Amino acid sequence: MSETTNPNAPLLQLVNVSKHFGELRAVDNVSLDIFAGTVTCIVGPSGSGKSTLLRTVNMMETIDGGAIFLKGQMIGHEVRHGHRVPVSNTVARRQTLNFGMVFQHFNLFPNYTAIENVAIGPTLLRKASKKAATAAGLRYLEQVGLADRADHYPSELSGGQQQRVAIARALAMEPQILLFDEPTSALDPELVSEVLSVMRGLAANGSTMLVVTHEMRFAEDVADEVIMMDAGKVIERGIPASLLHNPTTERAKKFFASVGTL
Amino acid sequence: MSNISHPTTQGISTQEWSRQELASLEIKPRVGIGFWVSIVLAVYVGLVLIQLFVFNDNWNWQLVFSYMFSQVILTGLLNTIVLTVLTTIVGLALGIVTTWCRMSKLVVLRTFAILYIWLMRAMPPLVMLLLVFFWGALVPTLSFGIPFGPSLFDVPTNEVISRFSAAIIGLAIYLGAYSAEVFRGGVLALQSGQFEACKALGLPPIRAYQKILGPQLIRVITPSMANEVITIFKSTSLVSVIGYTELLTTVQTIYARNFETIPLLTVAVIWYLVLTSLAMFGQSRLEKRFGRGFARRNLSSKAKQVDLAGA
Repeated sequence: MSETTNPNAPLLQLVNVSKHFGELRAVDNVSLDIFAGTVTCIVGPSGSGKSTLLRTVNMMETIDGGAIFLKGQMIGHEVRHGHRVPVSNTVARRQTLNFGMVFQHFNLFPNYTAIENVAIGPTLLRKASKKAATAAGLRYLEQVGLADRADHYPSELSGGQQQRVAIARALAMEPQILLFDEPTSALDPELVSEVLSVMRGLAANGSTMLVVTHEMRFAEDVADEVIMMDAGKVIERGIPASLLHNPTTERAKKFFASVGTL
Repeated sequence: MSNISHPTTQGISTQEWSRQELASLEIKPRVGIGFWVSIVLAVYVGLVLIQLFVFNDNWNWQLVFSYMFSQVILTGLLNTIVLTVLTTIVGLALGIVTTWCRMSKLVVLRTFAILYIWLMRAMPPLVMLLLVFFWGALVPTLSFGIPFGPSLFDVPTNEVISRFSAAIIGLAIYLGAYSAEVFRGGVLALQSGQFEACKALGLPPIRAYQKILGPQLIRVITPSMANEVITIFKSTSLVSVIGYTELLTTVQTIYARNFETIPLLTVAVIWYLVLTSLAMFGQSRLEKRFGRGFARRNLSSKAKQVDLAGA
């Protein structure tokens, strides 16, 4: 318990986390410390397990080994009779509320307008009144620059706008940590920057963010730490300037050369 | 310059028009031979129908109209409606529960659901109705307790099973199995991202289905579910085998006495048409209601301006 009061302790800690899909070791013994107010970018080739790792954090994927701690408390599992079992669905949902997730394909609710998408979480889960949730939701839409699109359905918005609404939806739940799963990979090139600029704003405001991305420029400018994954393992980690420009492993050198955005 | 005749413009004297004139000519839809053929066909079919229905005294429209709103027919009609509504409510509720079991991660529930669906698909509804109605012959007392052991609660089967309750039970367990597969089809049609977004928000499944997934699901399943419900509504005529008097049974008893078979069947058909029209109207209302966000709306002029300004 002393860890929770220690300001120098990590907000989120992954200890030897593993996830297998049959024979495939999607995430292989990964440990990670995330400190409050920092931005961590996970980079790596397709199939390297970066998205799976991100999804284990908010229990979108169950883990097969290791443990995840939020403020020093284990999440996802509880100890019972000397071994661990998954927590009940109710507890899992409560723990999920600590995380806000932004998906590659936005996953907005198509039958609700932008403002309804943002307000629905607080209305259903925080017992906020519809009026209060809408007022708060409008502020979040304003933050992502879409207050004038509040009454538009997702089908009436561009990809970049949809993703900004999705960010507002995640923010509205006031999570401790924001998880981004390749937030700009499904966007037309010209729409990428509007989403990245919203994310830069969040980082500048001191949000704790864990971002799976292929945007090396963003990682270099915003990240406090960059994690490079390959074949389920973390093969290199460090501050962006050193990792992106002077990678030590051959695999990382090859990857950054092929990405070639720096 | 453009005066060279080209094979594709043969027969059309484009030479007489300048390019400017051609460019400014109004564009109208092309009317082909198919249009005129279809008009002739429509007139022909119309005449055949008029001859069949209006100038054929065997229909005996006088008699049809005299029975149309008669007390006995309206009572039969009311029974049909009551039976349909109750069967639909019970059947769809059963269908939702069955789908829930069918998609459960618990293998016992899944197996129960699959067995139930398998049995109902194999069983003709007529057999089902007779089986339920004569259940008392098979199991004289309905009891709740431990099999082969003591019973906590007993009731004679024949006190529970009347013609009415047998009709509802027989048709509802039938609809339950069929609608379960329609519901499951709807769930499978939802994008996996929608489930993930609900889970990531921390929504309990019931709330997620109630507010987010359910409305999307209804949109997808409405056409097939309308089929099921309309089928059930016509299947109510099967309950005549257990002696429950709904619309068709009523009509049959009347023409058994006066031998006016066609006019009385016509009365029934007209009422079935009316009820089916109502069901289809309800279907289109549902599709509109739950189609929101999926079809492009006509944005207000103000919203359009914002669109242009923001683009």
